[in-house]
Amino acid sequence: MDALVKPAPGGDTASAAAPLLRIRSLTKKFGQFTALNDVSLDVPKGEFVCFLGPSGCGKTTLLRAIAGLDPQDAGLIEIAGRDVSHLPPAARDFGIVFQSYALFPNLTVGANVGYGLVNRRAGRAAMDARVHELLTLVGLKDQEKKYPVQLSGGQQQRVALARALATSPGLLLLDEPLSALDARVRLRLRDEIKALQRRLGVTTIMVTHDQEEALAMADRIVVMNQGMIEQVGTPQEIYRNPTTAFVADFVGTMTFLDAEIAGPMSLRVGAIELACPNAKRFATGASVRIGLRPEEIRVRNIDRETPNQIATRVTGLDFLGSFCRARLKPDAAPGVALLADFSLNLMRDLAVAEGQPLTVALPPESLRVFAKG
Amino acid sequence: MSVTTLPERAPAAAVARISRDEWLMRLGVILLVGWLLLIIALPLWALLQKSFQNADGQFIGLANYARYFSTPTLFGSIFNSIGVAVITTLIVIPLSFTYAYALTRSRMPLRSLFYAGAMLPLFAPSLLSAISLIYLFGNQGLLKGLLGGGSIYGAAGIVVAQVFYCFPHALIIAVTALALADARLYEVADALGTTRGRIFRTVTLPGAKFGLINAIFVVFTLVVTDFGIAKVIGGQFNVLATDAYKQVVGQQNFQMGAVVGMVLLVPAVLAFVIDRIVQQRQVALLSARAVPLEPKVNRARDVGLLIYCLVVVGLLIGVLGTAIWASFITYWPYNLSLTLRNYDFGTFDQSGWSSYANSVAMAALAAILGTAIVFTGAYLIEKTKVLPGGRMIAHLLAMLPMAVPGLVLGLGYVFFINASWNPLNIFYGTLLVLVVNCTAHFYTVAHITALTALKQIDPEYESVSASLKVPFWRTFGRVTVPICMPAILDIAVYFFVNALTTVSAVIFLYGPGTKLAAIAIVHMDEAGATSGAAAMASVIVATALGAKLLHLLLDRVLFMRLQAWRRR
Repeated sequence: MDALVKPAPGGDTASAAAPLLRIRSLTKKFGQFTALNDVSLDVPKGEFVCFLGPSGCGKTTLLRAIAGLDPQDAGLIEIAGRDVSHLPPAARDFGIVFQSYALFPNLTVGANVGYGLVNRRAGRAAMDARVHELLTLVGLKDQEKKYPVQLSGGQQQRVALARALATSPGLLLLDEPLSALDARVRLRLRDEIKALQRRLGVTTIMVTHDQEEALAMADRIVVMNQGMIEQVGTPQEIYRNPTTAFVADFVGTMTFLDAEIAGPMSLRVGAIELACPNAKRFATGASVRIGLRPEEIRVRNIDRETPNQIATRVTGLDFLGSFCRARLKPDAAPGVALLADFSLNLMRDLAVAEGQPLTVALPPESLRVFAKG
Repeated sequence: MSVTTLPERAPAAAVARISRDEWLMRLGVILLVGWLLLIIALPLWALLQKSFQNADGQFIGLANYARYFSTPTLFGSIFNSIGVAVITTLIVIPLSFTYAYALTRSRMPLRSLFYAGAMLPLFAPSLLSAISLIYLFGNQGLLKGLLGGGSIYGAAGIVVAQVFYCFPHALIIAVTALALADARLYEVADALGTTRGRIFRTVTLPGAKFGLINAIFVVFTLVVTDFGIAKVIGGQFNVLATDAYKQVVGQQNFQMGAVVGMVLLVPAVLAFVIDRIVQQRQVALLSARAVPLEPKVNRARDVGLLIYCLVVVGLLIGVLGTAIWASFITYWPYNLSLTLRNYDFGTFDQSGWSSYANSVAMAALAAILGTAIVFTGAYLIEKTKVLPGGRMIAHLLAMLPMAVPGLVLGLGYVFFINASWNPLNIFYGTLLVLVVNCTAHFYTVAHITALTALKQIDPEYESVSASLKVPFWRTFGRVTVPICMPAILDIAVYFFVNALTTVSAVIFLYGPGTKLAAIAIVHMDEAGATSGAAAMASVIVATALGAKLLHLLLDRVLFMRLQAWRRR
């Protein structure tokens, strides 16, 4: 499977021709378990890529193979046109940040950041200047003499980032860098890392299981499942046009329904017939699964012309802060439950309440059709 | 972007498939395996071989074993050894677990002081308690009348002395087992209205079960394999350990000594294997989210336990103190005036004070060499990924000495190093052999301590330093060793104290000019100079305690000055 990453938005064609990272047919097994199954991927220079997937999907294994920490069984890895497939980590060109930060507790913040600079023989003054510069960059310039234990989690993570960037690596690897932090710090650091990456232009790969984090930070998302790449695309593409049911389910919320293709542009869910332009990829009579996102169900501005109208009854309402998630039961198909997100405005205007009948429309283009199985 | 760029490093040789770091690690693992084979496996092999040979070194199959088992005075010792061990275990386990219960599950005052007091026997050679018992209940014993005509020499004396010697060993395990308790289990049981007895049966005992089993095997093995106590107070009561000594030193019958050594190995290995199997079935009862148990005040219970602990610690100190007191006595028990004459060792034993100097030198060298090898070895095993097979073998070899009695290992050394083909036989009788033997004998506990410390530090340090292109040995020296310094000091003190107090591991190995203090005790006691033996034992206790106090002091200084990074 060749999942090529296209150039980043605004990227020039030259970078597309020579990706910074090139991976071909990478395979890794742990005993009977296949952690990576024939993975191929290109990452252009300067891009921020997220490996996204559930735990055990192989995203961390892929990152560690790129770093040379857990070498692959077969396949090719090129960094900046150089075949590094069999090189030890130290001979590759990357900086890495771990979930645990892995800061050296007995060294000061400054010594941690300068750790990789010592053997470059650049002179004490140049080294100090560089450490100072990096700490300024991550907003910790007056913390140089402190020990890691005296810093907060977010500050420790910034030190780890500065340490990884100190040697100006061509590739920055982030292994779930934010998951040990509490929610508020995580949001702030997310923006900071993104801004820093933009500023330095360093090609970055981040592993995460948090889809929201991936959608917010990445130029491209690589969705992985069971050791394989499911889909590669911009956050928008991944969210709007998931190519597999797995991606659709993993990124965002989606209601799945069993359906049957009724014609070139239509399908049937129980007794309900729906217009669906996406159905044309399947043969008439095929069993499929359709998915639709809760926020795409329409309630307002429905007139006689609106396609795919169905009469439903509200069977449940969950208040989720800025909106409400409703469970709808179509009158014509009582075995089916649809999820729909309603703004609080809409709730008030239409006086939506449990047990109340409600006519909704499922926009034809919002119905995604997936092969069953 | 205003980032200063540092000079680019020279491009790495693209063909270097294995880095210099990895070559170094591989070399380290190979050296470690080689060293452990040399100091542990080969001596045991030599012992095994010897037991199948006649006096001329020819292979004679099981003939030695046949002779052993057809000589009632020899194989009768097996039952003696096991009997003494079983009785001691039955006494020590309840005593130590009650004491540990008081330390961990009550609000009794001065708990840490009671713990420290109970550890005192660890700082003395095992035979010290036997010497004390002789002063109290021996032929000229102060309290001989209390025995009502009975004799302390023999099985009874061995059991009582062993109880004192084994108590701290069992207590350490008991405290560890009972200290690990999840308060929430007790709260749930309370909330469900469970009776005290049922809580004890269903929560306390299951939690301590594995510690209990472990303690039983440790005590059993200690008693079976200990040499000093049986030697001093055993009288005509033969046990395996004294048999081996008599065969080798008394009758120069090395083949029969080897057979006794092999027999001695059986209970120890059996106990070790069963214990390992049981421990493997242990599931982590204490999850990471467990809430530590804070015992509630219960006056009746606390006072009862306080009295119990006072009695136990009083007896321990009393026994230890008797020997020390007796070492200053002019002529026990008739002239109880104080004197320093017993410390003029030259009048009892040719080697005089030099054996003490040898002991300190040997223990210090064992502490330095042993700690360096054990910690570096544990690092290679735990933190590198090279040569998985080699690292596994090294780990197994490191766990082996736990199952090998000191006397058996010592015998193995004698046969191994004396073998005519062995170029190392020029070292026979040197301090170096004694040092190496001690590091091998006490390897396992030190190895486990080092592994535990290494497992606690972040597994990604090696990855980070590789990504920063810093060689692994620099991170080892600059980060790993400083972080593990408390554990490293623990290991060093463990080696020092044990090397100083051991008798069994070294009794066959000393040479002219390298006699050790602990051996001098045995010799003085053999020659009837019990007061000199008591004095030498007191000197050892003082030195071992001094080392421990120095350790505590150093730990504190280290924590205050050099380990400022641990404090928030």
